[in-house]
Amino acid sequence: MANLKEVRLRIASVKSTQQITKAMKMVSAAKFRRATDAIVQMRPYANKLKDMLANLSESVADMDNVFTQERELNNVLLVVITSNRGLAGAFNNNVIKATNALIAEKYAEHQKQGKLHIVAVGKKSQDFYTRNKFQVIGNNNEVFNKLNFTNASAIVEAIMDGFAAGKFDHVEMIYNQFKNAAVQILTQEQLLPLPKAVQDAKASKVDYLFEPSKEEIVEELIPKSIRLQFYKALLDSHAAEHGARMTAMDKATDNAGELLRSLTLQYNQARQAAITNEILEIVSGANALAEA
Amino acid sequence: MILDILTPDKKVFSGEVISVTVPGKAGSFQIMENHAAIISTLDNGLVEIRLTDKSQELFNIKGGVVEVLKNKVVVLADGVVEE
Repeated sequence: MANLKEVRLRIASVKSTQQITKAMKMVSAAKFRRATDAIVQMRPYANKLKDMLANLSESVADMDNVFTQERELNNVLLVVITSNRGLAGAFNNNVIKATNALIAEKYAEHQKQGKLHIVAVGKKSQDFYTRNKFQVIGNNNEVFNKLNFTNASAIVEAIMDGFAAGKFDHVEMIYNQFKNAAVQILTQEQLLPLPKAVQDAKASKVDYLFEPSKEEIVEELIPKSIRLQFYKALLDSHAAEHGARMTAMDKATDNAGELLRSLTLQYNQARQAAITNEILEIVSGANALAEA
Repeated sequence: MILDILTPDKKVFSGEVISVTVPGKAGSFQIMENHAAIISTLDNGLVEIRLTDKSQELFNIKGGVVEVLKNKVVVLADGVVEE
């Protein structure tokens, strides 16, 4: 019976697929833990920086920093953060879809006039936007191999330099924010100019000495907070990626199990049918002999 | 006096200290018990810590800010050069 063999082969292949998805789930789980750790490690720094900026907020408000300047919207830069690898459910697709929707809705004109630029972080968005002939600047796929503040800063500094030099007037990031292993929140965030909302925060009533001067400190803290915002987005996306892959692979493993069950049933039925058939043949053969 | 040295990647140091010398933009300065509240930017350079057991510890930081408030010192460094 050919059917029997076919089913047996399919069972074997589903089993090996299941093994792969199971292994990928385990790997992602380990990487996920490390990625969330990195977020936790960054938090004290981020909180303290926010406090300090809050203490300086009056001077931030009337500061004319390059990075807080609202300019006429000429050139737009979108930072699209995805992962290097697929098999993470809708993780990358969501980001790309949201970016395309954003372009269609707000920046269609800029796109037509060639005033829309894209910085892709992660191979998936890099590939997509290169393939579709967008103006993609640079290649930042290696950052996820060793994700730390120094590597992330290199990318965001290039963006900040471009902004300061007037190459872009508006920078937005689109990425998956990490909530928990199963949930990613698609986030769209303005990176530059520094949104005013971030600048309004309540100050404590401590009389600090400022060295060298309030203005110079603010001058230094603003780029720091932009770098940190970008780094946070990367960390979030990284953790979200592994979370998404973990859930996707968990589902895949479950589905493979289900498939295996139904295939095994099919296999057993086919085998039983073959046996019944054989018995029938033998019995009818014997009967034919007895009659003769 | 409690000192925390933080970078975006990790907490580098946290603990009780006697004094700490930081590489301020306007010149290196030492912070001791009951220092006035201050926020200062830092250059690349060495942070020298004197621990409660009189031993010394050094960190080579890559720029940052220091905040002193009520005997709590927080150094936010962009990074720490590993020895």
